Amino acid sequence: METLERVLSEHAFFAGMDPEYVHLLVGCASNVRFEAGSFIFRQGEEARDFYLIRQGKAALEMAPPNRPPMMIQTVSEGDVLGWSWLIPPHRWRFDARALELTRAFAMDGACLRQKCGEDPRLGYELLRRFSSIIAERLEATCLQLMDVYAIQS
Amino acid sequence: MPSNLEVAAPPLEAAATTMLPRLFRVQRYLQETDDTFTLELGPLDDGAPLAFAPGQFNMLYVFGVGEVPISISGDPDKPGVLVHTTRAVGTVTRVMARLRRGELIGVRGPYGTPWPVDQAEGNDVVIVAGGIGLAPLRPALYRLLAQRDRFGKVVLLYGTRTPEDILYRKELERWRARFDVDVYVTVDRAIAPWRGSVGVVTHLIPKAPFDPLSSVALICGPEIMMRFSVFELEKRGVAADRIFVSLERNMKCGVGTCGHCQFGPLFVCREGPVFAYPRVRDWLAVREL
Amino acid sequence: MSSIDMCAPENTGRQPKLIERAGVGRLIAALQQQGYRVVGPTVRDEAIIYDELASDADLPAGWTDDQQAGAYRLKRRRDQALFRYTCGPHSWKKYLHPPQATLWRAEREGGLFRILPETPRAERLALLGVRACELRALAIQEQVFAMAAHADAGYGVRLRQAFVVAVNCGQAGGTCFCVSMNSGPRARKGFDLALTEVVHAKRHYFVVEIGSERGAAILAALETRDATAEEIAAAEKTVNDAARHMGRTLDTTEIQALLYRNHEHPRWEQTGERCLSCANCTLACPTCFCSTIDDTTDLAGQRAERTRRWDSCFTADFSYIHGGSVRQSVKARYRQWLTHKLASWIEQFGSSGCVGCGRCITWCPVGIDLTEEVRAIRATKYYREPVHGDTGTRSV
Repeated sequence: METLERVLSEHAFFAGMDPEYVHLLVGCASNVRFEAGSFIFRQGEEARDFYLIRQGKAALEMAPPNRPPMMIQTVSEGDVLGWSWLIPPHRWRFDARALELTRAFAMDGACLRQKCGEDPRLGYELLRRFSSIIAERLEATCLQLMDVYAIQS
Repeated sequence: MPSNLEVAAPPLEAAATTMLPRLFRVQRYLQETDDTFTLELGPLDDGAPLAFAPGQFNMLYVFGVGEVPISISGDPDKPGVLVHTTRAVGTVTRVMARLRRGELIGVRGPYGTPWPVDQAEGNDVVIVAGGIGLAPLRPALYRLLAQRDRFGKVVLLYGTRTPEDILYRKELERWRARFDVDVYVTVDRAIAPWRGSVGVVTHLIPKAPFDPLSSVALICGPEIMMRFSVFELEKRGVAADRIFVSLERNMKCGVGTCGHCQFGPLFVCREGPVFAYPRVRDWLAVREL
Repeated sequence: MSSIDMCAPENTGRQPKLIERAGVGRLIAALQQQGYRVVGPTVRDEAIIYDELASDADLPAGWTDDQQAGAYRLKRRRDQALFRYTCGPHSWKKYLHPPQATLWRAEREGGLFRILPETPRAERLALLGVRACELRALAIQEQVFAMAAHADAGYGVRLRQAFVVAVNCGQAGGTCFCVSMNSGPRARKGFDLALTEVVHAKRHYFVVEIGSERGAAILAALETRDATAEEIAAAEKTVNDAARHMGRTLDTTEIQALLYRNHEHPRWEQTGERCLSCANCTLACPTCFCSTIDDTTDLAGQRAERTRRWDSCFTADFSYIHGGSVRQSVKARYRQWLTHKLASWIEQFGSSGCVGCGRCITWCPVGIDLTEEVRAIRATKYYREPVHGDTGTRSV
């Protein structure tokens, strides 16, 4: 676990985090790998984990019945994928699909929720990091909604 | 530092330009995307080529239809070919899109302030382009690459609506293959087989490889996209006076006498279109200015 | 501000001359003989406008006007004064910055076309009856066009060629505030001759100041004599009276900062609701210079023409960029006009864009009064401090 802890602590998500917490969270982490084209998670499934991307690229997608699946956002090295583990009812709202071979740390949601429950300071620390990710996505969504490059009629 | 990064006054030659269009012939027409095209023009007369600085624009006249301001998107070191990339969105540009090799177009210019390429010497240069905003930045990139040794890292962050809207694809590929320039392209939305990034261009800024403390940023795109790009650059620690934006306003004369392009006290055609961000920051916050 | 001080004549070093009432007719004739087309005030359509004068009979003798916000009425005077009215709806810009001008023509030849430059008609104009505020307006517009010298060198040339006969105001109108703008009522410079009219029960004469060699030469051809000290004093008195009877005042203290920081003031919304966006103010304003370009062709598509015509920041198209106009609301257009005129103009051209003539007040169909607007904003400052503090004022 020594190596996993070191590699984990180098991920952008943990930048500046108390090493003690990183040590604590290693217990919830596992190494995962997704082949190009494979799904990381599907809409409606139980959200057990979130992913710290180490390598590769994955897309969040929505699939309407009559059109090809639309990619909403891609994530790559240093990014975080998924927050449904945090928010009840813990089910994925989107599909996530690896666009290329993607390596990541899967962080066990139930494990994390338990640790956060035991130590609210850790809970706050994690929530703070997730809230900025959520805010960034919200901002990006607003910009996409503005459709700034479209021809205005 | 701020003092030598001011946007320079337009070159004196520009001031001598007449209000009479000079005739150019379309030498080449390139369809870039569904609605965007490039015209390569050569002067009809035997006069000197139209020298320009990256970031400047011309007023292009289509016989009987009208005149529009279009940024110059060619290589400033090859002024023999005058290059304009534009999008067919209005009366004039829609007719312009039907011009073919051999046809004539009237040109007045160049007008406006340039990107501070020379002043960026010794610094990293971050170019943030959105949509057609890549067109006025391409001359800056040509100049940076032509004089590559004078600069630190050169980074191009480019966002468009969909993969089909990406301009200058082949050139982007060539630049991407170079080791001395970092090119990142993202689109707002995509479907397979797109394997590139999806997300707004501002999301490329946090991870882009440049030193915020010794970088100069050049931004062009829709105004909203530019404002958010500035936020991200400032978040990374790029000083406001090292950030340059190119604004768009209605222009009829190009020389500051028709009044249309006013933005607060600024005439965008004469004191812009390229501005150091602190010069326009507070005005950008005023609605319907 | 002392109105007496305001009206102190600039020392031109020349002895003021005196002409009688009949001398005005002779002055017009002398200018015409020199080849000038004399334009000046005349009564038409129930207003005093500027047009070509055949003789002094065309001048508005015995007429004056009553001006208030949104109101203009011609009135008969008891005397036969020629210049005892205040500025009407026209201004001299129609001669120097024509409402419409052909810039060039183009012709198709085979598959190509060629551009034929339009040579403006060379015309020697004499402007008769230019008020002090209007002289300032001419200088302001000259500065506007000089900033882009190659764009319209024509303005400066036309102005320098024009023979300018100024008239010092002997009365102030209900919407006048040149004293506030420090532009009148006395003409200080920029004229060839400046007349001050004195109308007494038994005498009607003009004290004439000479502003140029050209002016002196014209005057030498007329019957004149040196004005006496009493005559000069009587003339002075009329101008001082005008200065004391301004219908409006405008406090210009720190007006740039005041307007720049009040972009969000609720007053704009209120005035935007009244404003009809009709553009009367910009057309009547002697300094408004905005123009647009029209490119047209004949029906066969063989000939094209480019014309420039006056435009107004009150039109929706004015600020159009792809997708829509920047200034959608009337409020934003009114704010642009007023803020430009009184604040950003200073930054752009080194002086206020307002000369205090009051035309925009008189000719506003709903009587919007910019002096009232500034007063309202000043009274209830709604300062929005600049977010970053460093935008804005560039020393000119």
